[in-house]
Amino acid sequence: MSGIRRQALAVARRDLARERRRGEVLWVTIPFGVIALLLVPLAIGTDQATLHRVGPGLYWVVVLLFGVLVGVRGAADETGPQRDAAALLGLDPVAVFAGRTIATSSLLVLFEIVVGVAAVAFYDIDLIGVGWLVVVVLLVAAGLGTLATLASSIVAAGAGAAALVPLLVAPLAIPLLLGATQSLDGLRQGRSILSWILLMIVVVLVLGIVGVVSSGPLQESR
Amino acid sequence: MTPSVPVVELRGVGLRVGTTTILRSVDLVVDPGQAVGLFGANGAGKTTLLRILGTLTRPSEGLARVLGVDLTTTDRYDLRPRIGLVGHTPALYPELTLRENLAFAAEVMGVERGRVDEVLSMVGLAGAAERSAGACSHGMQRRAEFARELMVERDLLLLDEPHSALDRDAVDLVEGLVARTLGRGGAAVLVSHDRDRVAKMADRCVELEAGVLR
Repeated sequence: MSGIRRQALAVARRDLARERRRGEVLWVTIPFGVIALLLVPLAIGTDQATLHRVGPGLYWVVVLLFGVLVGVRGAADETGPQRDAAALLGLDPVAVFAGRTIATSSLLVLFEIVVGVAAVAFYDIDLIGVGWLVVVVLLVAAGLGTLATLASSIVAAGAGAAALVPLLVAPLAIPLLLGATQSLDGLRQGRSILSWILLMIVVVLVLGIVGVVSSGPLQESR
Repeated sequence: MTPSVPVVELRGVGLRVGTTTILRSVDLVVDPGQAVGLFGANGAGKTTLLRILGTLTRPSEGLARVLGVDLTTTDRYDLRPRIGLVGHTPALYPELTLRENLAFAAEVMGVERGRVDEVLSMVGLAGAAERSAGACSHGMQRRAEFARELMVERDLLLLDEPHSALDRDAVDLVEGLVARTLGRGGAAVLVSHDRDRVAKMADRCVELEAGVLR
């Protein structure tokens, strides 16, 4: 196994083990995501037709907002000495970025599944084209995971950078939100969703390339 | 390692952050097989100097080389696995067990997993391997960090307060680690307030006063 791949898997395993012990995603973020979905009908009314229409869009908005939170919080809890010790193990910044992205994306898949079950129950969402739905869920998890890891690297890079995160995340998340909602809509109406899938793949690739290229300079600017 | 190349070579090294000068015209040469004790009051710049030697902070002026590599270039990344740093603040992940912490380090460094249990035994932590680092005492966490350094052979050891929170056995362990590194032609820089103990381990001692090396 190549050095970077081995290191990336080590980082992913470490992050997932830390999360498993803390349980923040499982016991805090996921329940809050479900509660957010539950609160919307209280605000807009319980008319079943309206909820059925807006449900998929609301689900993806919740996934995007909470998803970025999952990723950004993951990096915020690493202390300076921990980062220094990891760097002196010879940990490649690209491996750190890749490993964190794998861990965050895995957590997001879990988040999407649990919150998705709640969304289907609350909003009576039709599950058409399950195979394509799986692809959309995985692409959103990969895109958001990459975006959140990139944002958290910028936050960790230094003073004042945290203020830039919403400005960075919001525009880059729009293509993912658009791709996800339009894909679900397309599946419901029997339209081809290939162009939306392609859009999401391009977003994931672009974010991945930006993350890999910037990982070294961002680590060194701390 | 080329025998003629100093492990540490600093000439006129300075570090300025904003308008604050942290280090000024620091000259320090540490040859292979040498240990240097570094003393100084709080805020004198000792930890910053260690960070520069550990390639974690880039100096703003002067010539800085470790193992012949210029620390202002990106070549310094390749040096990192050859440098061991144990700071006074534990750097373990508190949620992970001691074994998991060391297994992570072993995997990143490409060291065989079996070595983890060996070094845990060497530092007297075999019985606590499954305890989470956050539930261990400060002294146990420091032992685990020294165990991490025992897994590989470093060419430069940077130890910040090497005797802090350690009992007699652990101090022997640290001294053994330093001796092993020096015996292989490596070098060590030991930052401490405990002058007597460090003076016994070091070939010479220097003092930092408000960012200036005396």
